[in-house]
Amino acid sequence: MAEQKTEQKEALSVASSQVPTVIADDVHIVYRVYGGNTGRGSATAALNRLVRRKPDAGVRQVHAVRGVSFTAYRGEAIGLIGSNGSGKSTLLKAIAGLLPTESGKVYTNGQPSLLGVNAAMMNDLTGEKNVMLGGLAMGMTREQIRERYQEIVDFSGINEKGDFITLPMRTYSSGMAARLRFSIAAAKDHDVLMIDEALATGDRSFQKRSEARVRELREQAGTVFLVSHNNRSIRDTCDRVLWLEHGRLLMDGPTDEVVRAYEKETAR
Amino acid sequence: MSTVSETTHDGAVAMSAPPSPDDGLAAAELAAKYGLAVSGARPGLAEYARQLWDRRHFIVAFSRAKLTAQYSQAKLGQVWQVATPLLNATVYFLIFGELMGQSKGMGIKTYIPFLITGIFVFTFTQSSAMSGVRAIAGNLGLVRALHFPRAALPISFALQQLQQLLFSMIVLFAFLIGFGHVPQLSWLLIVPILALQFVFNTGLAMILARLGSKTPDLAQLLPFVLRTWMYASGVMYSLVEALKKAKSPGWLIDVLSANPAAVFINLMRDSLITGHAAHKHIDLPPHVWALAVGWTLLIGVGGFVFFWKAEEQYGRG
Repeated sequence: MAEQKTEQKEALSVASSQVPTVIADDVHIVYRVYGGNTGRGSATAALNRLVRRKPDAGVRQVHAVRGVSFTAYRGEAIGLIGSNGSGKSTLLKAIAGLLPTESGKVYTNGQPSLLGVNAAMMNDLTGEKNVMLGGLAMGMTREQIRERYQEIVDFSGINEKGDFITLPMRTYSSGMAARLRFSIAAAKDHDVLMIDEALATGDRSFQKRSEARVRELREQAGTVFLVSHNNRSIRDTCDRVLWLEHGRLLMDGPTDEVVRAYEKETAR
Repeated sequence: MSTVSETTHDGAVAMSAPPSPDDGLAAAELAAKYGLAVSGARPGLAEYARQLWDRRHFIVAFSRAKLTAQYSQAKLGQVWQVATPLLNATVYFLIFGELMGQSKGMGIKTYIPFLITGIFVFTFTQSSAMSGVRAIAGNLGLVRALHFPRAALPISFALQQLQQLLFSMIVLFAFLIGFGHVPQLSWLLIVPILALQFVFNTGLAMILARLGSKTPDLAQLLPFVLRTWMYASGVMYSLVEALKKAKSPGWLIDVLSANPAAVFINLMRDSLITGHAAHKHIDLPPHVWALAVGWTLLIGVGGFVFFWKAEEQYGRG
């Protein structure tokens, strides 16, 4: 890890303008997990802990992000890389203001949005209703959704194999569902946009469509964050990369440099 | 691990090329200079209410979606919206009316509507409370993925219960007419009663949502609290008569019959059930409308403020 130290200090990507859009200042995030205790899981053991007033009985803390600081500027596309569980998605959620920080602060320009509409959608509803529900959940108005409805359906390609949009989502294949989710999420324009592994879904032709859409979104958005395990899509889209490991910022620099160092580390 | 600490502290402002006048600034100063706001900070109460109003279509769509999703796997589908309360009422009719012939001294024609009204009205508050306590804790995925005033969730769940209740009211009307209680002008009073109870339920759901997000164990405890509340509100019998029979002290009778569930139940019975014989079993405390409005304002407004106070904390698991 010592050789990376020198690289970190080197010039970062040339930000088109020096107007910061996102500032993370020593951000720590801790998850509290109930029922993840290491002790015996029986009821008597739990009662025993309760009676003896042991601190934090049954609660385990997961320190997911440990003191990350960076400044993102307008016009940047920033990739986040790191192994599974390194805190990438958690950090994105904190930037979006969705997950409270334990300490430290995140300052943002406008409202950053996470490209993740999955949670609002219901498998028992038709695709049609999910388009409406997902759009409303993202804060679009009903008129905006109606305007873009056809666009969303066409983009997802759901109706290519018959009239699937009027069927409940539980009848969709996993690929179809993922395509519809991405189409709904990408229908809105964003100031600061965060994309979490969204590009890996769908077949080849849908991937091409969605990459083009991300580039479009990036032109509209001030700053784009992209989490991906696909180094090629990081290289294609981003000009700056943050490398997280164990919740710590290991490297922050131009895409080529960081991705090369990351590949060297992971190849071992 | 010394590399790590260096990175984290220098990374923030280490934009060495080109040199910028912002280099020496701390994060907070830099944020202030460019007008950046803390992400996820809690807005003021008025601003919060405005944001919530902007999301009204989402609240309605979400509650409708939850309601339809409930029965979408069943063959009869949405018929169950009406069939469930209908079966519920029929069971009570069979057990109390036909099997036990029990009518608490008010005659079966009065007792069955008396009982069903009590059960439906109490169930409205009960299920709002139950879904309220899980509103945040059970929807962490949603809370962690999208931005919206979190109060939208408990409100949406309370609204879902209101829609469910409206289906139950259809069944209730059928039973009332079936037992010879003709529709009359006082039936219109159910509109203000339901409006008050809905606001009360929403406030209750918001209070429980905040408590439940911190202490998920409440979801296990709440059914017992609610069952106690049910028996203390005279859902299946006239509360005052039962307490007098048990020689309870007067203050206890006053307190229990002023509790919000009893107030809403008896207001509803009073406006729906006709006949003078029935009315001596419906225990309306003095100033009953003032009580109903008071409870609604206290819990409705109090619940909203209480929920808003922890807005930025929801989503921490």
